[in-house]
Amino acid sequence: MQVPETLRYSEEHEWVLVADGVATIGITDHAQEELGDIVFVELPAIGTVLTKAATLGVVESVKAVSDVYAPVGGTVTTINEQLTAKPETINEDPYGAGWMVKVTLTDASEVDGLMTATQYREFVTQEKE
Amino acid sequence: MSDAAPDAPLARTPLFDAHRALGAKIVEFGGWEMPVSYRGIIEEHRAVRTAAGLFDVSHMGEIEVLGPHAAATCQRLTTNDVRNLANGHVQYTLLCREDGGVVDDVTLYRIDDQRYFFCVNASNIAKDLAWIEEHAGEATIVDRSAVTALVALQGPAATAILQTLTPLGPDALQRFQFARADVAGLPALISRTGYTGEDGFEIYVDAQHAVTLWNALMEAGRPEGLEPIGLGARDTLRLEAALPLYGHELDDQTSPLAAGLARWVKLDGEDFLGRSALRHETEQGAPRRLVGLAMRGSGIARQGYPVLFEGAPVGIVTSGTMSPTTGGAIALAYVSSALAAAGTTLAVEVRGRPVPAEVVPTPFYRRVRAAQPVGPASSASEVSEASPSETGDEPTTEPAASDVAPAAAPGSTTVAVATPTEDTAESVHIPGEGER
Repeated sequence: MQVPETLRYSEEHEWVLVADGVATIGITDHAQEELGDIVFVELPAIGTVLTKAATLGVVESVKAVSDVYAPVGGTVTTINEQLTAKPETINEDPYGAGWMVKVTLTDASEVDGLMTATQYREFVTQEKE
Repeated sequence: MSDAAPDAPLARTPLFDAHRALGAKIVEFGGWEMPVSYRGIIEEHRAVRTAAGLFDVSHMGEIEVLGPHAAATCQRLTTNDVRNLANGHVQYTLLCREDGGVVDDVTLYRIDDQRYFFCVNASNIAKDLAWIEEHAGEATIVDRSAVTALVALQGPAATAILQTLTPLGPDALQRFQFARADVAGLPALISRTGYTGEDGFEIYVDAQHAVTLWNALMEAGRPEGLEPIGLGARDTLRLEAALPLYGHELDDQTSPLAAGLARWVKLDGEDFLGRSALRHETEQGAPRRLVGLAMRGSGIARQGYPVLFEGAPVGIVTSGTMSPTTGGAIALAYVSSALAAAGTTLAVEVRGRPVPAEVVPTPFYRRVRAAQPVGPASSASEVSEASPSETGDEPTTEPAASDVAPAAAPGSTTVAVATPTEDTAESVHIPGEGER
């Protein structure tokens, strides 16, 4: 399981990368591993205002439908259109080409409430037990 | 993303540790801890379509019906005609309630005139056993589920792989026949049945021999590309072949006629539980029908999603997935009989949004096999929880000419999503169509 040090993590297994007030959001390596082959991704419309914990989108594996939640609040500025044609990109590169949306943060302090890489690793380990 | 721990302890098959050793992802299924996938559902699915796959289906139940009255008891319990079942043959059939609802879909094996056994869905073992005992009459009922292991070897390379481990000849079994023979030196019952839409075998052994059998098959199959297959791909394989799964297409409130299983309901044969209700339904016409849907917009139909026609609800999805073979989203759904014709445009409500879907002929996937000069058409699928149905019946008696697949090059396949094929309304939804 890869957990890059530079990212912050939610208990729902999303990751966030913040740069200049813009947060890039995706699902973690652990999440894609648990889901298995991802075959469908639904993303929000550009301009959508998401509050923290609101449903950001949906990822579907062969077997299951899973909601993805906004780990931080913000306004959607960009969505990863490539995922529509190639949803498996999330399996192949969850922290890179498999990113899902970019949002401008509503409240930058929400990021501080997310887990660090170390905390997330512990969280996943405990969840498995 | 992780499943909550269930209250009741979960059962494990004798192969549980072998699955772990292969790196399987384990899930709860019908009270069992079972492998859902090893290397990934799509990869496993393709292995079965192009080479071969090995499945642990030891969670399924085996219930024997014994004694001089065995045949009469099986006849009373099942919708198919037991008189058509010869020694060494298997029949797809249904256990129905008096009101016609399906207790379970099963396969029935005839060893000889005093020894039959049912292979039943894992999640229904206790219910089926109680039902069978209640209607046992003079026959003796023995539940051998706990001491029997079952593995399925499926795919175009299945015969070649099995040949390396058994003295039984490659042509000894037609579809829906079985024989006792050694496999890897172990006493086994080999049945040419399955639940994938491919040719293949189901192999029964004593539970104590399960690990030896599994390892021998994995080893023998390696050069042929054999992969272990979890329940995830088992489900996508059976869905492409349009084989019903109990708890999805079938349940206690659903009649086999609505499910498109009339071919396995012999209303003019001897009496059986549920016959008068099913006769009545035949005369009245079933109000709803199980159909195949191909999604024409962006979205995947899933069990429980509403089916719409011009905005109004007209049915419900029973199973749906992204088909690894076709690359499109496919589903089975019950809809009003008036809207069941192939070509009808419906919609499936996906998270509040109507997504166009077209009624298409089933199966979605059909294996095309070489023309066989003789041979009873049997069909098949298997039965289980996921495995219901195969269809085989009438190994010898009825010609079943209407459902013989067109001859084509050996090894080739056709895919029927979206393009109506030779399949007609007549054969819509026959489990096992893919197997012929």
